[in-house]
Amino acid sequence: MTILVKAATLPDGTRTDMLVRDGVIAELGSLLSSPVEHVIDADGLQALPGLVDLHTHLREPGSEQSETVLTGTRAAAIGGFTAVFAMANTHPVADTAGVVEQVHSLGVEHGYATVRPIGAVTVGLEGRQLAEIGAMARSRAGVTVFSDDGKCVSDALLMRRALEYVKGFGGVIAQHAQEPRLTENATMNESALSSELGLVGWPAMAEEAIIARDLLLAQHVGARIHICHVSTAGSVELIRWFKTRGVQVTAEVTPHHLLLTDQLVSGYDTRYKVNPPLRSDDDVQALRSGVADGTIDIVATDHAPHPAEAKECAWDEAAFGMVGLESALPVVQSSLVDTGLLDWSDVARVLSSAPARIGRLSGYDSPFSPGSAAEFTLYDPKASRVFDASDLRGKSVNTPYLGRNLPGRVVATVHQGYPTVLDGELVDVERVAASAAATRGR
Amino acid sequence: MRHLVSTRELTRDEAIGILDVAEDMAGVAHREMKKLPTLRGKTVVNLFFEDSTRTRMSFEAAAKRLSADVINFSAKGSSVSKGESLKDTAQTLAAMGADGVVIRHSASGAPQTLARSGWIDAGVVSAGDGTHEHPTQALLDAFTMRRRVHGAAARGKGLDGLTVTIVGDILHSRVARSNLWLLTTLGASVRFVAPASLVPIGVESWPVEIGYDLDAAIEDGPDVVMMLRVQAERMHAAFFPNAREYAREWGLDDERAARLPAGTIVMHPGPMNRGLEISAAAADSPRSTVLEQVTNGVAVRMAVLYLVLSGEREVRS
Repeated sequence: MTILVKAATLPDGTRTDMLVRDGVIAELGSLLSSPVEHVIDADGLQALPGLVDLHTHLREPGSEQSETVLTGTRAAAIGGFTAVFAMANTHPVADTAGVVEQVHSLGVEHGYATVRPIGAVTVGLEGRQLAEIGAMARSRAGVTVFSDDGKCVSDALLMRRALEYVKGFGGVIAQHAQEPRLTENATMNESALSSELGLVGWPAMAEEAIIARDLLLAQHVGARIHICHVSTAGSVELIRWFKTRGVQVTAEVTPHHLLLTDQLVSGYDTRYKVNPPLRSDDDVQALRSGVADGTIDIVATDHAPHPAEAKECAWDEAAFGMVGLESALPVVQSSLVDTGLLDWSDVARVLSSAPARIGRLSGYDSPFSPGSAAEFTLYDPKASRVFDASDLRGKSVNTPYLGRNLPGRVVATVHQGYPTVLDGELVDVERVAASAAATRGR
Repeated sequence: MRHLVSTRELTRDEAIGILDVAEDMAGVAHREMKKLPTLRGKTVVNLFFEDSTRTRMSFEAAAKRLSADVINFSAKGSSVSKGESLKDTAQTLAAMGADGVVIRHSASGAPQTLARSGWIDAGVVSAGDGTHEHPTQALLDAFTMRRRVHGAAARGKGLDGLTVTIVGDILHSRVARSNLWLLTTLGASVRFVAPASLVPIGVESWPVEIGYDLDAAIEDGPDVVMMLRVQAERMHAAFFPNAREYAREWGLDDERAARLPAGTIVMHPGPMNRGLEISAAAADSPRSTVLEQVTNGVAVRMAVLYLVLSGEREVRS
C-alpha cells in the first residue's frame, strides 16, 4: 500500500510531504503526486509518531461486555495510538503464556494497533507467588512489562524478588503504588472534602510510602522499575530525588491526573471515581511540572472501561476507572501544550518514543526518517469540540469529559503503513483486518 | 423544598422555617386526634438499606400523622440483598407512584445520587447516609435546643451564642457533621471533643474548635453537651484501646455530669451505650433531653415531609 501525506508539520516544526510504501516511510521532502492509494492533505496538521499507551485495560478475556481487543484498539486508533500495552487483570489473569499469546494474536488479527500484553507479576494478581515470567517473556507475545496493576505488589520481599527476577529477561516491573492497609475501603483523595462527604480517604502518603520503598529496593538490587499512574506532588519529589541518585526508575501520569481535581467528587458523580483518586490542584500542578522537567517520563491513559451499571449506583458501590484512549491527546494538549509546558516534540517523546523504550517496543526510536516504520497520526490542534459520547469508539462511555470543551482532533492514523483512521473516522473492520493480513504476507 | 439531603445547603431562613413548621406540628401531638389530613393520598416510601428501627418508626409516625400512606421497604431479605441496584429499586418505586422517598443507606451520597439521578421524580429525604449526613437528626437536635433555650417563644429564633460540645466518634458520625453545619448556620459555636484518632482529616478548615480533653471542655461550661454513640467495632480497628479507657477519658460519667453548670443540657441521638459514653444517671437526669429528642423527632420529620411533599412539584420535561 502507498500513501502520500501532503504538507504535514513534523514534531520539530518542519513541513514536509511523506510517501509511505510497504510499511515504511519511503521518502520525505517535496514530493510530486504519483499514483498512490491514498492522498492525505495534511496542511495545518501536526504529524506525531504513532502514540504508544503503556497502560490500557482491554478487558478481554473475561469482561467483553466492557471492552474487547477489537473495540479497545479501535478506541486507540481514533485517539492516535498505534500500540497499546494491555494490562494483566483480565479473567483469567494474564499470568501464563497461553493468555498473553491469545491477547497478542487478537491484536495482530484485528490490525488497529499493536497489542503488547503485560504479564502479571504474581499468580492471579494475589501477591503470593511469582507468575511464570520467563514463559511469558519467551512466548510469541514477547512480554517485557510485568504488573499486578489494580493491586499493589505490597509484600516487600516479593517485590524485591520480582525486581531481581525480571532483570534476567530484560523486563520491567510496573508497580501500582498503593499501601493496602492505609487504603482499605478508600474511594477518594483524603482531604477536608473526603471528611465532609463522609467518604473513606485515600491518602497521598499511601502512594508515596510504596514508591519510596520500591525505589530503595530497585536501587539496592540494580533493577529497572516503572511507576504506574503517579498522582501526588510527593511522589514527583521522591522520583526526582531518586533519579538524581541514578536509580533506573521511569514514571507515568494519566491525562486525568493532569487536568481534573478531587473537588469534582463533591456531587458524588461516579464518573470521577478512579484509582488512584483525583488529587488536589497542587498535585495537578506538580505533576505537570514533573512531566515538563522529565521527572515523569510518559503519559499513559489507564483506559479502564466499565459497563453502565457499574457506574449507575451509589458512589461506594461504583467501579473505579475512566476510559481515556479517545481523549488522551486532547487532554495532553489542553494541560501541557496550551499551557506552554511542552512543545510537540515533547509530546512525541512522552506519548510515543519514551513509552516504546520502556516497553522495549521497536520501530519508534527514529520516527519520520527514511526507512522508519510508518506508524504515525495526523492531528488538528486548532480544532475544538464539546466532548461527547459520540466521540468515543470503545464499548464503554465512562469518561469524565462529557460536556467539557477539549481541543484537537485526530484526522488520520497510519499503522504498519496502512490507515486505521481517515478523515477523522475509523476505517472499517474488514478493510483494516485485510490490510493487516497483507502486511503479514510481506 | 424539593429534597432534603443535607444541612450544609440550608440557609438560616430555611432552617428556621423548618423548625417553625415543626413547632406547629408538635402541637398536633397534644390533641385528642393526633392526625392532620395534609398528605392524604400521598405515598411515602421508607427505603431503608440499613437497619434502623428508631429512625424508621419516627418517619413512619410522622407520615401517618400527616395522613400519608406509608410503605416500608427494608433491604434485608428483599431483592436488594439479591443484587438489585439502587437504580432498579428507585425505578420500581417510581412505577408504583411514590411521592416521597425517605432513604437510609450505608453509602455516603446515596440520597444525592437518588435525588439527581432522574430515576425517580419523588422528593427525597435523607434518613442518614454512610458517614456523610443525617439532616433530620440535626434538625430535631436544633429544635430541642431551641425549645430548651427559648421555650414557648422559640418561633423565628436561631441558636445565636449557644455553645455546643459534641463528644465521641466524630470521624464516623453523620450526626456530628449535620449538626456542625446546621448549628453553625443558626449562630451557635461548636466544639468537637474526641480521641485524636477519631477526628477527621482536614477539620482545621471546618467552622469548629477541636479538643481532645473532655474535662477541659466541661470546665468551659458549655450550654449543650452531645454524646455520640460509640460502635464496638472501632476498638478492633485500633481507634482506641478498649471500652474501659474510652469511658474513662471520653465518657460522661456521674462525676463529670455533676461538674456541668446547672443549665447545661445533655443530649444523645440514641441508642445509648449506658456506662460507655454516658452513665445511667447522666442519661436519666433532668438535664438529659434524650426522650424529648425522640418526641421532637416526629414533629421535625412531619415538618420536613410536609415541606417536601406539599410543595410545588417541578414539571419534568
